[in-house]
Amino acid sequence: MLAPKLALRFLSSSKGQTALIAVGIAIAISVQVFVGTLILDLQKGLLNDTIGRSPHITISSADDNITIGNWEGMVTQVQGIGGVTVVSVSVDTNAFAIKGNRSEPVLIRGLDINNNDKIYRINSAIYQGLRPTKRQVLIGKDLQILLGSKIGDVLTVETAKGTRSNLSISGFYDLSVSSINMAWLITDLDTARSVFGYGNIITSIELRVKDPFTADTVAKKVVTALNDPHLKVVNWKDQNKALLSGLQAQSASSGMIQGFILISVIITIASILAITVLQKSKQIGILKAMGIKDRDASLIFLIEGALLGLVGSVLGITFGIGILLAFITFATNSPLKLSIDYIFLSESWIIAMVSSTFAGLLPARRSASLSPIEVIRNG
Amino acid sequence: MAELVPSSTLPNDKVIEVRKVNKIYKGMVDNQVLYDIDFSIERGSFNSLIGASGSGKSTLLNIIGTLDRPTNGEVIIAGKDTAKLSKNQLAELRNRTIGFVFQFHYLLPEFTALENVLIPYNIYGGRPSKEILARADELFELMGIDKVKNNLSTKMSGGQQQRTAIARALINRPDIILADEPTGNLDSESTLNIYKIFREINKKYNTTFLIITHDRRIAEEAERILEIKDGRIVTDIRK
Repeated sequence: MLAPKLALRFLSSSKGQTALIAVGIAIAISVQVFVGTLILDLQKGLLNDTIGRSPHITISSADDNITIGNWEGMVTQVQGIGGVTVVSVSVDTNAFAIKGNRSEPVLIRGLDINNNDKIYRINSAIYQGLRPTKRQVLIGKDLQILLGSKIGDVLTVETAKGTRSNLSISGFYDLSVSSINMAWLITDLDTARSVFGYGNIITSIELRVKDPFTADTVAKKVVTALNDPHLKVVNWKDQNKALLSGLQAQSASSGMIQGFILISVIITIASILAITVLQKSKQIGILKAMGIKDRDASLIFLIEGALLGLVGSVLGITFGIGILLAFITFATNSPLKLSIDYIFLSESWIIAMVSSTFAGLLPARRSASLSPIEVIRNG
Repeated sequence: MAELVPSSTLPNDKVIEVRKVNKIYKGMVDNQVLYDIDFSIERGSFNSLIGASGSGKSTLLNIIGTLDRPTNGEVIIAGKDTAKLSKNQLAELRNRTIGFVFQFHYLLPEFTALENVLIPYNIYGGRPSKEILARADELFELMGIDKVKNNLSTKMSGGQQQRTAIARALINRPDIILADEPTGNLDSESTLNIYKIFREINKKYNTTFLIITHDRRIAEEAERILEIKDGRIVTDIRK
C-alpha cells in the first residue's frame, strides 16, 4: 500500500506545519478533557452529597400505623429484584432525649447495623467510641456538643406515650449533616423495638441499587413485586427533581462545550488538509497519471487526518492529565476533588480519533476528484 | 502482480489506434481542438508528433494517454477500447502499459530519486522485489545517474531530475512511452543524450515511443513524423 507511505512522507516533509496542527489539536483536546473531567466530578460530588449516604429506595407503611409486620418475606422478595444491591430494615420512631432539664426531639433509628453500613457507612462516621450493642446508642456530633455527653453516659429517652428508657452512649458519629447529627440516635433493631414496646415489626425497608439513575424503574418493580396497597415506595429521583434537572442541564452544557471543541478540531484539520491537497496537487496529479486509483489518492488524506488525530489526541490527553494532576496537586483548597476517569479519557480519545479521520473526508474527496490533466496542463 | 513484459512482441501489431477522434471543449463558445484524428502506431516504433503551440498535439497525447477523454471517436491502447474501461481500469492501464515523460519532471520532492522511480511499481506491486530493484539499478546506470539515486529529488540538477523521471516512466516496462517535450527544459547536449537513451530503450525493450517536440532536428531522427495543424493531421511521413 502506497497511501500510508505517501501520507507519512507528506506529513514529515513539512514538519513545522504538522507539529503546529498536532499541537493545535492537542490544546483543544486537553481543554475538552479538563472541562469534561471538571463537570463529571462536579456531578459525582453533587450526587455523592445527595445520595452517597442514603437509601435509593425506601419502602414504608402507607397507613397511620407506621409499622410493617411479616417483613421477612418482603425482604427476600426485594432481594431477588435485579439491580438491588443492599436491603436493610429499620425501626424508626420519634422520641425526646432527656438530660437534666434539657429535652431534645430525636429520631431513634434501630438499624440492622451490619447490613446498613453499606447505606449510611456509619462505621466510618464514628469518630469516637464503638458501634452500639444491646441498650446502647450512638449520638451525633452536634447533639454531643449540645448535651456535653461522654462515652458511657446514660441518656434517657421518652416516647410520645411517655415511657422512658435509659440507654448508654457507645460512641459519637459525624454524618456531615448538622440536622442528622442533631437528631438521629442510632441503635440496633431490638433496642429500638424494646424502647417503643414493639414486637417483631419494622418501620421501613431501605434499598440501594447498582445504578442510582435506575432507582425509579427498580422502585416500580418493587411495587409490582410486593403488590401491597398498605406500602409506600419512594425513590431518590422523585424526591430530588430539582437536583436531577440541574444535573441534566450540566450534562447538556458539558456536552455542548465538548461538542464545540470537537467541531473546532474538525474544522482545523479539514481546512489545513484542504490546503495540503492544493499544495500537493502536482504530486497527486502525477500519481494519477502513473495509475494511482482515486480511492488511494483520497486515502492519503484520510490517513493524514487519522495520523494527525492520533498524535494530537495522545498529546492532548497527556496535556489534559497534566493539567488535572497539577490541579489535584496544587489546588488542594478547592472544594472539587478531581479524579482521573480512564473511561472518560478513552472515550475522548476515540471520539477525537474518529473526528479527525472524519475531518479528512472533505480533503480526501477533493483529492479523489483532482484531474491529472489540470495539473499537467497548467504545469 | 501481472507480468510487466510487453503483452506481445510481434513487430507490426498496432499498439495505439486512434479512430475519428474529436475533442471539443464545451463552454460559452465551444472550442474544437481536434478534428477527426485517425491514425495508428505500430508496436516498437519510434514516432514524433510536431506542430505549433495550440495545434492540439498535447491534447491528443493526453487523450492517447487516457488522461483525457475524446468527445467522440475511439482510442484503443494495446488492444483495449479505452471508452469501455472504468476509471480504475484506466488507472491500471496507465500504470502497466503507458509511461509518461513531461516537460516538467513532476518528481515527488518528498522522495529520493530511487523511491520516485519505484512509485509506479509500488502503486500495484507493493514492496519491490530484488528483480525490480535490479531493474531500477539498471535504469539508473543507463541514464548515467546511479551516483545520485539516493538523493532527494530536489537535490539534483535539472538534467538528472528529467532522467529520473524517464527511469520512472520505464520501471514497469510499459509498451508505450508518451513524451511531451521531454527535453524542453534541457540544454542541447543533454537533449541529444536523452534521445540517444530513448533509441536504446526502443531497440532493447521494443518500447513504442510517441514524442512531442518543437525541435525539427530531433523530430527528424524518428522513424515517423506526424504533423498536426489546427487540430488536424496534415503530414504523416514514414522513413
